Amino acid sequence: MIALLLRDLRLATRAGGGFGLGVAFFLILCALVPFGIGPDRAALAPVAPGILWVGALLSCLLSLDRIFALDHEDGSLDLLATSPMPLEGTVAVKALAHWITTGLPLILAAPVFGILLQLPVHAMPMLVLSLLIGTPALSMLGAFGAAVTVGLRRGGLLLSLLVLPLYIPTLIFGAEITRRGAAGMDVATPLVFLAGVTLAVLALIPFAAAAALRVNLR
Amino acid sequence: MSIWEYANPAKFMRTTDKVLPWLVVSATICVLGGIVWGFLTPDDYRQGSTVKIMFLHVPAALMAINIWVMMLVTSLVWIIRRHHVSALAAKAAAPIGAVMTLIALITGAIWGQPMWGTWWEWDPRLTSFLILFLFYVGYIALWSAIEDPDSAADLTGVVCLVGSVFALLSRYAVLFWNQGLHQGASLSVQSGERMSAVYRYPLYLSMIGFALLFLALVVIRTRTEIRKRRLAALQAQEARA
Repeated sequence: MIALLLRDLRLATRAGGGFGLGVAFFLILCALVPFGIGPDRAALAPVAPGILWVGALLSCLLSLDRIFALDHEDGSLDLLATSPMPLEGTVAVKALAHWITTGLPLILAAPVFGILLQLPVHAMPMLVLSLLIGTPALSMLGAFGAAVTVGLRRGGLLLSLLVLPLYIPTLIFGAEITRRGAAGMDVATPLVFLAGVTLAVLALIPFAAAAALRVNLR
Repeated sequence: MSIWEYANPAKFMRTTDKVLPWLVVSATICVLGGIVWGFLTPDDYRQGSTVKIMFLHVPAALMAINIWVMMLVTSLVWIIRRHHVSALAAKAAAPIGAVMTLIALITGAIWGQPMWGTWWEWDPRLTSFLILFLFYVGYIALWSAIEDPDSAADLTGVVCLVGSVFALLSRYAVLFWNQGLHQGASLSVQSGERMSAVYRYPLYLSMIGFALLFLALVVIRTRTEIRKRRLAALQAQEARA
């Protein structure tokens, strides 16, 4: 499992792996928002938590099809499926690799982009915390979507159509934590809900994703 | 005699052949009867004549949710027992469910404009119906994207299971996000009646009518799917010969 994780990380970080594209997309998105709604601090600050979370969602989406598509093309996915490691484990490791290469850079970059969007400084810890708890669920749900659409030629668009509605609970609770953090309110309740959603997703979705992969490899 | 006999496509076709005309006629009578009777009810003292859209809105919303539940059950039957008719019924039901959701959303907007003063509000019920609609769209798109019918049935089945959990989760997550504008249920089993009988009986008739209409449509569409499947099998046979 560790070997697979290191292999995926190496593939993602070397040339053509698309590492950092997600963060660049996130930056562009955060730079475009002020052009759309005006540079006014009073207009930007209230929408900043939502924009940052929606931006994280979309940047995450960008690299989802890579989770399985390349391995499916060159046949290594079949090898992984026939290896002694259960397919559920493969899915979990690949989602983890996706999170390390996409989710983690987003979390590290988010406070900087928060400054661009006039998010109050005292809300930064809550932004980072909510992303830290929420983004693993995004990667895992994305792996499920990627597993369903792996055999399709025009799977990319369908992938976003399938995955984005699944992101709604995470988005609601994550943005709520950041908003409450900015307002200086208590964040315990949405935090518990967000952690609950993430843990349930991490526990159950690998089985659904592995089932979808088995169908696609048949 | 068990319900699984209807999993045999030939048996399903024979039975629905006899049942379908009755289903169509009774659905037409109930839907038309419910809506016309509803239209003839007196105006509500507060809502005026806008209350009459209820006879379209409430049954459509009821069916929108129940059709998804029906798809969940048929998907489970397909995944567990591999009956093709079941998978085809789920496929046949999805567009009907999407249209019902759309009817509920649109009639709600038409009613909401004079009553709430807005076409749309990010209210939990409205939002969860929009989310339900998105799930229907994704489900239908996935069916049409996959060529191999068995893989399509399997993958959409899995998506339907995961989608059901998340549709339910979203339903309660949006409650957390925004408290609503939409009134609570006017009909319920436990809390007695909160609606005048003048409106209640046409509404019941309309609900029964919509349920029958759905049954008739889903049977027609499933029969079409079975015939399409047979046609494909015949063509494959011919190509081999």
